[in-house]
Amino acid sequence: MELVAFVILTTMALVSGLVVIRHRNKVVAALALAGNLVSIAGFYLLINAQFLALLQIIVYAGAIMVLILFVIMLLNLPDESRRPGVGGIQGVLGVLLAVAFVVILGMALYNATEGSSFPAATGEFGTVESVGVTLFTNFFYAFEAISLLLVVAMIGAVLLAKRRL
Amino acid sequence: MLDLIWLVPLLPIIGVVINGFFGRKMTLKAVGLVACTVVGLSFLVTLGAVWQLAQMDPGARAHEVILMTWIPVGSVNGNEILINWGFRLDALSAVLALVVTGVGFLIHVYSVGYMSHEPDYARFFAYLNLFMAMMLTLALGNNLLVLFVGWEGVGLCSYLLIGFFYDRPFDERTGLTCADAGRKAFIVNRIGDLAFLIGMLYIAFFFGTLNFSELPEALGHGSASGALLTGIGILLFIGACGKSAQIPLYVWLPDAMAGPTPVSALIHAATMVTAGVYMVCRMSTLYNHAPEAAAIIASVGALTAIFAATMGICATDIKKVLAYSTVSQLGFMFAAAGVGAYVAAMFHLMTHAFFKGLLFLGAGSVIHGMSGVQDIRKMGGLKEKMPTTYWTFGIATLAIAGIPFFAGFFSKDEILAGAWNSGNKVIWGILVAAAFITAFYMARLTYLVFFGKYRGDQKEWDHAHESPRSMTIPLTILAILSAVGGFIGIPKVLTGGKDINFFHHWLEPVVASGGGAHGGEHGAEVAHSAGVELLLVLVAVIVASLGIFLAWNIYKTAGRSERLAKAAGPIYNLVRNLYWVDEFYERIILRPFYRMSAMFTAFDKWVVDGLVNLSGIAADITGQFVKLFQTGLVRNYALMFLLGVVAILFYLATI
Amino acid sequence: MGPQHYLLVSAILFALGVIGVLTRRGAIMILMSVELMLNAANLAFITFSRLHDQPDGQIFAFFIMTLAAAEAAVGLAIVIALFRLRETTEVDELNLMKW
Repeated sequence: MELVAFVILTTMALVSGLVVIRHRNKVVAALALAGNLVSIAGFYLLINAQFLALLQIIVYAGAIMVLILFVIMLLNLPDESRRPGVGGIQGVLGVLLAVAFVVILGMALYNATEGSSFPAATGEFGTVESVGVTLFTNFFYAFEAISLLLVVAMIGAVLLAKRRL
Repeated sequence: MLDLIWLVPLLPIIGVVINGFFGRKMTLKAVGLVACTVVGLSFLVTLGAVWQLAQMDPGARAHEVILMTWIPVGSVNGNEILINWGFRLDALSAVLALVVTGVGFLIHVYSVGYMSHEPDYARFFAYLNLFMAMMLTLALGNNLLVLFVGWEGVGLCSYLLIGFFYDRPFDERTGLTCADAGRKAFIVNRIGDLAFLIGMLYIAFFFGTLNFSELPEALGHGSASGALLTGIGILLFIGACGKSAQIPLYVWLPDAMAGPTPVSALIHAATMVTAGVYMVCRMSTLYNHAPEAAAIIASVGALTAIFAATMGICATDIKKVLAYSTVSQLGFMFAAAGVGAYVAAMFHLMTHAFFKGLLFLGAGSVIHGMSGVQDIRKMGGLKEKMPTTYWTFGIATLAIAGIPFFAGFFSKDEILAGAWNSGNKVIWGILVAAAFITAFYMARLTYLVFFGKYRGDQKEWDHAHESPRSMTIPLTILAILSAVGGFIGIPKVLTGGKDINFFHHWLEPVVASGGGAHGGEHGAEVAHSAGVELLLVLVAVIVASLGIFLAWNIYKTAGRSERLAKAAGPIYNLVRNLYWVDEFYERIILRPFYRMSAMFTAFDKWVVDGLVNLSGIAADITGQFVKLFQTGLVRNYALMFLLGVVAILFYLATI
Repeated sequence: MGPQHYLLVSAILFALGVIGVLTRRGAIMILMSVELMLNAANLAFITFSRLHDQPDGQIFAFFIMTLAAAEAAVGLAIVIALFRLRETTEVDELNLMKW
């Protein structure tokens, strides 16, 4: 059962990822990204991190994707042209390097965790309560800092996008 | 006062500092006052110190003041070498110090008047004081290395002072400037200095000390090989040749006349050139034990004496005649030292300072009065226009010719006696011939300048005048010294057997110490009778008088000298052109050297500079290449980023 | 399904994101590829958190999500400002800093 879900989710994630990076139409790419985010949320659920799964859908797929779609529609940009652009070698080299990257990284990660498996699922893992307690006690200062960061980002975004300062 | 002898070299330094830094803002009077005062004070301190020295017991007549430890070398070849910075006043250095400070003071006073029309007044006196300081360091140094410091220092000052009017041309034939003359002096000096340095190093290495207090004992030990001592003696003498203008390193002295006349008087007559003689006398113990080296010194000295004298016969520049005369007289001094008569050498050094200094200052007075003319063919009959200059110059001429009882008579006579007594009659003969020629050319000079009909331009004659008192007073003082200064060294034979030779007694302990088999005056005094010595004196007097008489007769009649010159033909030509020695050096030594220099210059320009430029060009090319990476596109930068990350990952994965 | 599988998926998604950053020309497309990369990293964090049974990894993923949100906001604001200036969002047009 778990295997089936895993395979389906993996396919979804990979396919939507490919669409994001290849499709010429920006809106299609944005929607594919949303699909990717949802499949990642599915992964989270499979691993028993239910709080973060929900968070992923609400914040990522719900807020960030909508924001991106807003901007795409606002700017009304044309589709990306077929021209290879500056330095065609850039793309080829990029792909090659990325492949090398994933090979090395993937193999490293795979071998590092060879043979190990997840421990038995406790009822405590991934609940709102456990995450919340850790967040507000151990990582209190980081929490405050990131709140400040959000305020700053908000101000920055408003300032940057103003037509007249 | 004895403990204050370190003041003697220091006081002129104060003069250098004041005149050197502030001289340009001071009045001429102030500059002259400062310069003369410091030298005068040095003279007084020296006088006081020597007075105290004279109270001491003759056997231990020496006082050293050590200022600081200079070079503690440590153990070398089994000896512990320690070189101090100290000053030593003993009988020998006392003579030189008194001569230097005394005559130096007079010349400083003279320069106040002589240089008053020249620009750079303060610079002149700064250099002159610096010279005094260096010369006194040389004279009073307590070891060979301090002496060498002074040695080099006077070489430097000689260069500075000869080239004082640095871009004034001084030789129309070759187009050289006074700066070139100064350079010539310095370079020729350097050649000698190298030999001196090597000799010093040998002494330090094999005998373990350079201090004058220890050297006589160390050298006189008898354990060192004769060849070593001879070698060192020759090396030191080569150094003396450079400094005191003996063959083959004398060529700088005639050209050194490019400097102002007081400089010629001080440096090239009275003090610097005598440094070589002083050094040889100081190392008398060494030469007593190295008879071959002493023989070489005597031969070179005698040869130089007669060689330079012949060149004086034909010279037409008043200063050049005196320059050749100086070289010749130095030859006398070295010949004396070479045969072991060190006291005679120092005696002649002293009297020579008096009369040669006087001659140069007198020549300067003549040049000053004649508005810069130096060619004696354009002079004549000046005795009416410049009486004081005339009679002081005349006294000096009589002194240098060896007429009794002037100063030069006693010293020259002692040299000749020493040469005869050492058994080397050939040297004696050469020196007598040189004395004859000396008398001849000096009489010639005096006659052509002061007597007869005036042969120059009317303009100069009208303007000719006696020099101011600041110049004539030193002339008078030196004339008095030239006249009576010899009496402190009267030989026994002239006093009817009474030994009142003060000078001899004063110096004897210093230069006769060390034993050795070289007779010199000692053994000689026993080996002959008073009659022989009286005969020698007579021969010297006759020779001198003959020379003067001959010169007078030749030049009295107009045209006679030209007829004689034409009759002598090629010989005259040879001597007139100074035996082509300068040209010889130029062709054989200097030209190949210039060619080699050109080669090295090319090497420097192309290889060395090329390498440096190459590194610059390489940096440039590298920059041009790296520049291509800055495309301005963020995507390219991201690609580079990824490349770096992959590389690091690869490294981390494979370690 | 052990952790290695999830990590493999994470690595592949990350590579896809990298390719997207390097090949895409529109600024917004690049931003979306960056989001892809961040998500892949998140997945890795969660996996390790589950592996060691600690909530720390989830906290970290939480922070990354917040940061991504802030970054997307500011980034899009910049894109809008750029569009106003240049009438295009293609990054190849922004090459004034070349040598």
